[in-house]
Amino acid sequence: MSKMVIEINNLGKQYRLGQVGTTTISDDLKRWWHKVRGKEDPFLKIGEENDRSVKGNSDYVWALKDINFSVKQGEVLGIVGNNGAGKSTLLKILSRTTSPTLGEYKIKGRVASLLEVGTGFHPDLTGRENVFLNGAILGMTKLEIQKSFDEIVAFSGVERYIDTPVKRYSSGMYVRLAFAVAAHLNPEILIVDEVLAVGDLDFQKKCLGKMKDVSTQGRTVLFVSHNLSAVKSLCTQVALIEKGKLFEIGNTGKVINTYLSRNLSESALSRNFLNVDLYTNDEFKLIEYNVELNNGSNIIYISTGLTLHFKFQLKKSMPSFFVGVHVNNIYDECAFITSSNPHPADEGIYNYSFSIPPHFLNDKTYILHVYFVKNSNDVVCLAENLIKFEVNDLPRKEGQYMGEYIGLLRPELNWEVKKLSNS
Amino acid sequence: MKISKKINKSEWDIIVSPQSSIFHLNLKEVWAYRDLIILLVKRDLTTLYKQTILGPLWMFIQPIFTTLIYTFTFGQAKLSTDGIPPILFYLIGQTFWGYFSECLTKTSTTFISNASVFGKVYFPRLVVPVSIVISNLIKLGIQLSLLLIIYLYYSTTAHALSPQWKLFILLPLFIAMIGVFSLSLGILFSSVTTKYRDFNFLITFAIQLVMFISCVVLPASMFNGKTQFLMLCNPVAGCMEAIKHILTGSGVFSSTFILINTIVTLFLLAVSVILFNRTEKSFMDTV
Repeated sequence: MSKMVIEINNLGKQYRLGQVGTTTISDDLKRWWHKVRGKEDPFLKIGEENDRSVKGNSDYVWALKDINFSVKQGEVLGIVGNNGAGKSTLLKILSRTTSPTLGEYKIKGRVASLLEVGTGFHPDLTGRENVFLNGAILGMTKLEIQKSFDEIVAFSGVERYIDTPVKRYSSGMYVRLAFAVAAHLNPEILIVDEVLAVGDLDFQKKCLGKMKDVSTQGRTVLFVSHNLSAVKSLCTQVALIEKGKLFEIGNTGKVINTYLSRNLSESALSRNFLNVDLYTNDEFKLIEYNVELNNGSNIIYISTGLTLHFKFQLKKSMPSFFVGVHVNNIYDECAFITSSNPHPADEGIYNYSFSIPPHFLNDKTYILHVYFVKNSNDVVCLAENLIKFEVNDLPRKEGQYMGEYIGLLRPELNWEVKKLSNS
Repeated sequence: MKISKKINKSEWDIIVSPQSSIFHLNLKEVWAYRDLIILLVKRDLTTLYKQTILGPLWMFIQPIFTTLIYTFTFGQAKLSTDGIPPILFYLIGQTFWGYFSECLTKTSTTFISNASVFGKVYFPRLVVPVSIVISNLIKLGIQLSLLLIIYLYYSTTAHALSPQWKLFILLPLFIAMIGVFSLSLGILFSSVTTKYRDFNFLITFAIQLVMFISCVVLPASMFNGKTQFLMLCNPVAGCMEAIKHILTGSGVFSSTFILINTIVTLFLLAVSVILFNRTEKSFMDTV
């Protein structure tokens, strides 16, 4: 068993809303008065869970509460959760840029945190000078930077500009150089926050590859990202944080599925919005949608043909109107897009429908975003994650391919087989 | 032996909890980041005069013009210069006061002006003010060349100065004391300004006022008895008089004041480092 390198016990972080900082003078005094009498801090007992969408009664909220987990050496732990769930707060505490309100954590080994690339870059300094400065800020010694300087420059691909002040760099070059420095850190523990969302596609791939290298060298990585494909391909473990609490930690696939299923609309093949003010505005109201199956049951197989109906009301006439549907997988990668032909449309109630033929979708879970659009690009209403359904595989016959069909779609196409000769 | 070594090996490197002893200073860590200090000093010096025509000449222009203005205005007012040629007197004052005030104003905004960096990466925050004091020390060293030229000119012409050659060895001590004192005051202010910005306003005008009681333009000999004693308890004033005494023979120089100034400086240093250390842990929530 490999040893623990991070251990977090009952970690909590409290913030005070609305004002500067975590407290006020009068609360400071109250706190001090309790301390003098040897009592517990009164403000630690109050505080609400951190749900940004609900108006609360208390000025104090727990951005994080009761966080307990540990990380083994060589593990790549992904941290997922909605905006405001507390992921970044956790990383901030672990990288020591702020301190916890409660609890403690222990760390073994050198930590480097990458909450942003290019921290401390000075626009007037050249690329070379900035590499040294940034490296030192991230905790490298001059000798270490000198050793890997050539590698850093090669990785960044900005060799020609290395003696030019970075303020003359394009933003892409700037980021490349900055990430190159970070990628050549040699800490035992690396903390990374969303920095992969930078650079072009080619560079992102390079970065992901570098992070994989880091983890294979027995170093530990904590990685926060909304890019679930990246999390899935990099991480060995995933922690799901919800409203400041650790909801689940464990096997990557399992936790990601929990995360997704808690976030998306429940899979329902039809839903009526007549009495709900969802997807409603002064031009438009979605009344219902319905997924019709051609096999008479309510389980979708790859052999099932689907017809999707959208019933809605247009409250104003529009010179041109169409419905567009994005069919995505659970990682929000698009399988295909389909849309109706644009037409002039008067006020009234409409039903739009389209069919997906049998043997077209793969055995995956699909999520549909539906766009109601007027005048070619003006979105009247966007129903994100409106429909979610799972397509099931059929039992396969003997002699058939038994492995997984990769790909977002699995169309059954006509194959023609001709024998041309006997030898 | 082996077992204890093993236990030591499996121990954690960092344990972070909300409460920690106020005397838990991570000075060792500051030393580990000495490369960063050097690079920050380098950065400060190389970027200071970027995109200027006169460049480092500005280091001299500032004290020269201030000295000329002082010589003219205070000369008209017939203020005492302790028998030292006015130009030399004001240049000495201006050079060392410039060092003090620059260190103080720059270090006093440590947290606020570096919030974006501090919020993203951890390193011992003390690295930043220390690097400011060092880069200003280098600037002072360059400015001293101007002072040296003027000094040599006056010591070779008719004006009789009586340099205290035996005490010259103490000069670095007084310069260091000014540096340490400004560092202490600066980080003290930077710690309290993270939460209450009022101190920011205080420091900008206080620094102008304090100059008049720090023996920069008015020598200590203009004051008497108790006033003079209180005035010289201020390490800047004490050091200023001592430096003038070493260079020219006039000015107050006594071991009592050196002792008092040293104690004041070290006490302030201790208090401010402790406060700074407490502030750095969670200043991101208040800044």
